[in-house]
Amino acid sequence: MRPFGIATLVLSLLAAAPPVLADGDDVVIEDAWSRASIGTSRPGVAYMTLRNTGAEPVMVTGMRTDLAMMPMIHATTTDAQGVTRMSHMEEVEIAAGEAVALAPGGLHVMLMDLQRPMVEGESYTLSVIFADGTEASIQVPILGMASRGPAD
Amino acid sequence: MTGLQKGLWAAVAVAALGAGGLALFDARSPDTTASAEANAPASVVAEFELTGHNGVARTAEDLRGQWSLVFFGFTNCPDICPTTLAEIAQVMDDLGAQADAVQPLFISVDSERDRPEALAEYVPQFHPSILGLAGTPEQIEAAAASFKIFYERVPEETAPDGYTMGHTSQVFLFDPEGAFVRLYSYGTPAPEITADLRARIDADG
Repeated sequence: MRPFGIATLVLSLLAAAPPVLADGDDVVIEDAWSRASIGTSRPGVAYMTLRNTGAEPVMVTGMRTDLAMMPMIHATTTDAQGVTRMSHMEEVEIAAGEAVALAPGGLHVMLMDLQRPMVEGESYTLSVIFADGTEASIQVPILGMASRGPAD
Repeated sequence: MTGLQKGLWAAVAVAALGAGGLALFDARSPDTTASAEANAPASVVAEFELTGHNGVARTAEDLRGQWSLVFFGFTNCPDICPTTLAEIAQVMDDLGAQADAVQPLFISVDSERDRPEALAEYVPQFHPSILGLAGTPEQIEAAAASFKIFYERVPEETAPDGYTMGHTSQVFLFDPEGAFVRLYSYGTPAPEITADLRARIDADG
């Protein structure tokens, strides 16, 4: 009886668990900023905080902007020896009630194939795409090249 | 199975794949022998023959008489490199008159893309005092060996030109005699670096 009981319990837990992928309506995007670029040959960057105010986890699956043909979420990691590397993130999960920061030295949006220079003082529209296909659009202010945070 | 259950099992499968991906990522990390030496500061020596972003050849001897802040990166790096350059720019601003005693150096490990002209349009944007240094692959290799730093060219389909660079992210401090003093790890706030430099410059008279 016991193994059957455990299996039943697991199945009932699975059935009772909330859906894994909620939509993006519950996500608040704060403190977005970018650094100015020199021309269009090098990738630009965007940072922001994604706050999930909902009761279910949300999955970010991509970004879209007319500023760059290939906006991608990358993660910078630094190992124990201080060596940093970048890797492409297919998706980023934001747990219910939690916030994920895209900030220098960690997650960031790498803006590849820039269509125009990123000029200090201007802004552009960036859409965050969620797993269910919904999008949230924000205006990202472009700060100076030597900026270190959204308040600079 | 209900649709919900199918979704959950799919999520479990995705999680399992994700774990596998992480393991692969770890396995792909290079042997740490070279970078582990970065933890042996006593053997760090500034020895290099590189070209400044102004086109002038530079060697470590040219730096004597000033404190040097040396760090590594590449101009196609959107995150870590501009962040460190911006921190160092802040340090130089905050040092005021004492900034004359300090020379920051940004050495590009991307000899393929970062020729002196590329550094000339990039590095001074952060601060006029920062000197960008470029070199041939051999020159960069020799410099990296003397500083005991690690760098690698990583094929990355989604990156510009199909590759990105991994590199040591600490900032190295050398005294006016050219002797290695210390490392500042990535992310050390500018005020901390400024205070440390001020104390050393004051003590140096």
